[in-house]
Amino acid sequence: MILSKEHELMRKNFRNFAETEFTKEIQDELDETGEFNWEIWNKMAKYGFAGTKIPVEYGGQGGDTLSYVLMNEEFARVCPVLAIYANTPNSLGGGPLLACGTEEQLQKYLTPAAQGKKHIVFALTEPGAGSDPGSMTTKAVQDGEYFVLNGRKCFISGAPFADYAIVYARTDLQSKGPKGISMFIVDMKLPGVSCGKPEHKMGINGYPTSDIILEDVRVHQSDLLGPLHKGYAVAMKTLDGGRIGVAAQSLGCAQGALEESIAYAKERKQFGKPISYNQGISFMLADMATEIEAARTLLYTTAQAKDAGDPNASMLCSMAKYYCSEMANRVCAKAVQIHGGYGYIKEYKVERFYRDARIMTLYEGTSQVQQIVISRSLLK
Amino acid sequence: MKAFVCVKQVPDTSGKVAVNDNGTLDRASMATITNPDDLAAVEAALKLKDECGCEVIVVSMGPPPAESMLRECLAMGADSAVLISGREFGGSDTFATSQIIAGGLSNLGIGEEDVIFCGRQAIDGDTAQVGPQIAEKLNLPQVTYAAEIHKQGKTLKVRRLLEDGYMTIEVQTPCLITCVKELNQPRYMTVSGILHCYEKPYQVLDYDALKDEPLIDPSTIGLKGSPTNIFRSFTPPQKGAGRMLTGSGEQMVSELVTNLAKKHII
Repeated sequence: MILSKEHELMRKNFRNFAETEFTKEIQDELDETGEFNWEIWNKMAKYGFAGTKIPVEYGGQGGDTLSYVLMNEEFARVCPVLAIYANTPNSLGGGPLLACGTEEQLQKYLTPAAQGKKHIVFALTEPGAGSDPGSMTTKAVQDGEYFVLNGRKCFISGAPFADYAIVYARTDLQSKGPKGISMFIVDMKLPGVSCGKPEHKMGINGYPTSDIILEDVRVHQSDLLGPLHKGYAVAMKTLDGGRIGVAAQSLGCAQGALEESIAYAKERKQFGKPISYNQGISFMLADMATEIEAARTLLYTTAQAKDAGDPNASMLCSMAKYYCSEMANRVCAKAVQIHGGYGYIKEYKVERFYRDARIMTLYEGTSQVQQIVISRSLLK
Repeated sequence: MKAFVCVKQVPDTSGKVAVNDNGTLDRASMATITNPDDLAAVEAALKLKDECGCEVIVVSMGPPPAESMLRECLAMGADSAVLISGREFGGSDTFATSQIIAGGLSNLGIGEEDVIFCGRQAIDGDTAQVGPQIAEKLNLPQVTYAAEIHKQGKTLKVRRLLEDGYMTIEVQTPCLITCVKELNQPRYMTVSGILHCYEKPYQVLDYDALKDEPLIDPSTIGLKGSPTNIFRSFTPPQKGAGRMLTGSGEQMVSELVTNLAKKHII
C-alpha cells in the first residue's frame, strides 16, 4: 500500500523516536528486571503517543487506526515490549471508555490516560476464563449506590502500576455465558483491591503482568461503564481494536528480526564466504520478507477498513492478528536459524525477538480463537 | 514577536555520497535530512515560543522538494513556512544565497522584537557563512555558535560555544543567532502535529515575488552572482570510526572481548 504523505511522516517520526530512545541499555534493563521504565513512558507521553488514536477532545492526538498501527509497528521493530507501553491506553485501556463511557467518565478517566498521566488496564481474563471469558466468576452485587465486587482476574498486563482497571464482572447472577456481564471502572487504590506477584514471563519483560484480586470492593454506581448486564459485547468490540495492535506489534517484531538477519547473513563468513551466498540462507530471507510484506498489506487494509466502518472489519481484525502473529513466529524462528548458535545467545537481538514473538499468538485471543471468529463470520 | 528560522535540506552524509562528473554533489540520488544544526535552531525558536508565545516561521531556500522538510518543522510546532525557490536562484554560493535569503526575510518583514535563528553550518558545504552574511546584509547584530539562549524583554543573553571556552554576550533584538547542535535536543513531531502540518500556512517566494527587493539583483544571485567556483569535489577514502571504551579496566576488557567475539575476530 502506498501511504499518504502524513502517514509516511508518521512512520519516519515513530522510527526516529524508537531508534533514538529505545537504547540497548534500556532494552536490556527491561528484559533483566522486568520492571516498568518510567523514563521512556514519560517521553512517550510528552509527545502524545499514549493518545495517538484517542480523539483530541479527550486529550488525544486524533490519529486514525493506520497511524496507531504504524506506531506499534515501528516501536516493535526496535523493541516489542515498548510497543505495548504506547499501545495500551489507545486500545484495551481506552477502548471500553470510548465505546460507552459517559461524558463525565471520559473526562475523568480517558483524558488523563491519553495524556499519559494515568494508567488504565483491561481486566477480563480469569484463571478459569481465558478463551471463554463468558465463564467468568467475578461477581458484582448491588448494594444501594454501590456494587460490591469479588473475584480474581489474572494475566492483567500493567496491573502492578495501574491507576484504574476496567473490570468485567457478572451482575446478573442468574445468567450464564456471555449474558449478564457488566463493566466497572475500578480505582486500584480502593479498599479490597490488591495485585498478585508479577509473573515471570518468557518474553515482553518490562511490562509487568499480575493478578488483580477483588475482595468486597465497593465501586460507586457512577463507575459502572456502559449498560448494566451488557458489558460482554463491548469487551469483544474492544478486542477488535486490541487485535489490530497486536498484529502491528507482530509485524514490527518480524521486520526487526528480518533486518537483523540480513545484516548478519552478509557479515557472517563460513566456508570462506558470507553465509548469504548460500541459497539455504538467502531463500529463508526471501520467504521472511515476502511473508512480512503480505502481512503488512493485510494489516494496513484492515486499519483502513476499520475506520471506514466496513462490515467485515471485525473479521479482518482477527485475520490480521492471526496471520501477523503466526507469521512473526515463523520469521523469528528463521531469524534464529540464520544466526545459528549466536541466535541462542542473549547478546543478539533475535534471541529476544523470538521470545517476545511467542506471546503474540496467545494474548488478546489465541490463534484458535481468531479462527473461530473468522469462520463464524464466514458461516453466519 | 516573530522568530524566523532558516533551515536547509541537506544530503544524508551517513548514507551513500554521490558526486556528479563536474564535481558537484549528485543531490538527486541521495537521501535528504534537515541539517542537524538547523534543527537545533528550530528547537531554540520553539522553546522561545513555549516561553513567550512568539510566532515561529521557518524559511528555506531550495528546490520544491524542500517542502517535505518544512512540513516536518511545521509538525514539530512551527506556525508557518516559506520556501524561497526559483530557477533564477539555482547555483548560488554562500554570497548569493545569503543575498536571496536576506531579501526574502526583509520581504516578510522583520519587526523590532524579532529574532532570526540559523544553524551554525550545513553538513554539505560546512562553510558557516550564510547565517553571518544574512545578518550583515540586513544590518542586524549577530551572535554565532550559540549554546544557550535566554530572552529578557528586547535583550537576548547568549552563551557562545568556542573552541577554548564559553563567551556570554547580550544582544538587542532584532538580531540573528547561529546555533550549534549542542544547544538543545530537538523535539520529535507529535501525531497531531503531523496530521495538521499540511494544513498550516505555506508560502513559496519565487523570483517575481522578490525581484523588487533591493537585495535581489540579477548580478548578485544565482550562478552568475556567485563569486565562488568549485574546483573539484571528491569522496575521501573512508576511515573506520574509532570507539572509546569507558569504565573500569575489567568492564572495558569485557566489552572489548564481547565486541571482538561479535565480529568473529576472536
